[in-house]
Amino acid sequence: MTRLRALQILVVCLLVVFWYVMTAPGLIPPFYFDKANRAAFFFGEPQKVFWVIVDWFATGEIFGHLAITLLETALGFLIGAAVGLVIGLWLALSPTASAVMDPYIKGFNSMPRVVLAPIFAVWFGLGIWSKVALGVTLVFFVVFFNVYQGVREVSPNLIANARMLGASRRQLLRSIYLPSAMSWVFASLHNAVGLAFVGAVVGEYLGSSRGVGYLILQAEGTFDINTVFAGILVLTAFALALDAAVGAVERRLMTWQPRASETEKV
Amino acid sequence: MSVGVPALALEKITCRFAARDGGEAYTAVADASLTVAKGEFVSVVGPTGCGKSTLLNIAAGLLAPSQGTVSVFGDRLIAENGVNRRAGYMFQADALMPWRTGLDNVIAGLEFRGVPRSEAVMQGEAWLRRVGLSGFGDRYPHQMSGGMRKRLALAQTLILSPDILLMDEPFSALDVQTRQLMENELLALWAEDKKSVLFITHDLEEAIALSDRVVVLSAGPATRPIGDFKVDLPRPRDVSEIRMTPGFLALHREIWAAMKEEVLKAYAAQKAA
Ligand SMILES: Nc1ncnc2c1ncn2[C@@H]1O[C@H](COP(=O)(O)OP(=O)(O)OP(=O)(O)O)[C@@H](O)[C@H]1O
Ligand SMILES: [Mg+2]
Repeated sequence: MTRLRALQILVVCLLVVFWYVMTAPGLIPPFYFDKANRAAFFFGEPQKVFWVIVDWFATGEIFGHLAITLLETALGFLIGAAVGLVIGLWLALSPTASAVMDPYIKGFNSMPRVVLAPIFAVWFGLGIWSKVALGVTLVFFVVFFNVYQGVREVSPNLIANARMLGASRRQLLRSIYLPSAMSWVFASLHNAVGLAFVGAVVGEYLGSSRGVGYLILQAEGTFDINTVFAGILVLTAFALALDAAVGAVERRLMTWQPRASETEKV
Repeated sequence: MSVGVPALALEKITCRFAARDGGEAYTAVADASLTVAKGEFVSVVGPTGCGKSTLLNIAAGLLAPSQGTVSVFGDRLIAENGVNRRAGYMFQADALMPWRTGLDNVIAGLEFRGVPRSEAVMQGEAWLRRVGLSGFGDRYPHQMSGGMRKRLALAQTLILSPDILLMDEPFSALDVQTRQLMENELLALWAEDKKSVLFITHDLEEAIALSDRVVVLSAGPATRPIGDFKVDLPRPRDVSEIRMTPGFLALHREIWAAMKEEVLKAYAAQKAA
């Protein structure tokens, strides 16, 4: 375990050293670019990227942007998941509605929905809502398909048993269909949160006045490649933290699900 | 035997399953009649795949027969209008809710009926104790053994104290000792408030030990009852002791003679298919 960690850290160190050696002006003679500082212009320099990040956190400048991106991600996820859950339940339990809507769902799902971003910017302005809207369209389908599948896959035995125990239609929905659908939603939770995050960042990148995507956009406008890399690194770290948080929530809520191996080591 | 309306009456039931690929429909049950009087314990035995579970589903109102009628205490049961509300059904396959703990599974029926939670939990704990699962109430079904899950399902059904009990091979997953304990427990319960029981099993000894009457079904397709045997062994019975009595052995020989041919027929048919 610790050996593995050590090797993982070694890989990062090697990468950073490689990055530094290849980009530090004048350290090695230029072999691809014709000027010594060109490599640094295109790829940035690790120590400068590091100082940009330190500066962001030291001055506290980054926190406002992170908070905005987080808010957009959270709203995109929650709204997308709620709409996906309701429509998924509805279509799964009503064969006629599902037959009518089928081609539209398929069509809308095949459309590369990122192209909607400019339209959302026109509709909802450059504030957070255009980013939330993009996140919603991305999250909706993941949740929708999982709920739909989850309801369809409920064992007929389980439904028969609940009916014999006296469950009404509403009680069936609450105690059988919903929990079953939720287990499928949770299986795709990482995916859905990741997509909400993508929606937020892409939306910011295409036009905004705040958020981490906006920082990257701005730096790019002034060819400040170090800041661009710094933004990307912060976003990556943030995405990892988000994923870990989702994992923790998932473990708490899904205790009833069997895991591969649960025996305790002696 | 008791007179008056039977608790459960299946009359001239035929059940055909449409084939998936538009081929010929499969007639699982044909022209079968079966009654369970009030307070009577009836077992149904028959070779595997003959249509026992199908008959039980029809009695539960989960499946509409292609032909024939079902009456529950004299009232016609129409599957389209809902299930048999007077019956509790213990399924052959696992039907516990995997996202509920043992206790929450047991009290699900009370919850559906709007019983306050504290009251339901009290009854649930009592039932867990009765089926030998006290202390396991906070475990999820996947953390229990197959036999424990069966006992949980038994508690889940019995807690509602239904007038009619439909049981589909409820004890076949249990070891012999636990099984006899549960069988005795079931008999005690049944003697307490004289429920009407329709009990399915492939174990003839179990059928005789528990029942007032044993119905033998023919091999499928087009299954129907081919034998109806009265079991007038004295009650109360102890299932492990009664197996040794001469009366039991004579009955066993008689019923097995009727069953044997059907079992062989079913086996041959399934081997050929
Ligand atoms: N939904 C269905 N569609 C088509 N055929 C079915 C369906 N349900 C049951 N059958 C068929 O009806 C016959 C009777 O099935 P059933 O489950 O009632 O048997 P069983 O007597 O309970 O058998 P076992 O003792 O193995 O549980 C079988 O041949 C089965 O293949
Ligand atoms: Mg069966």
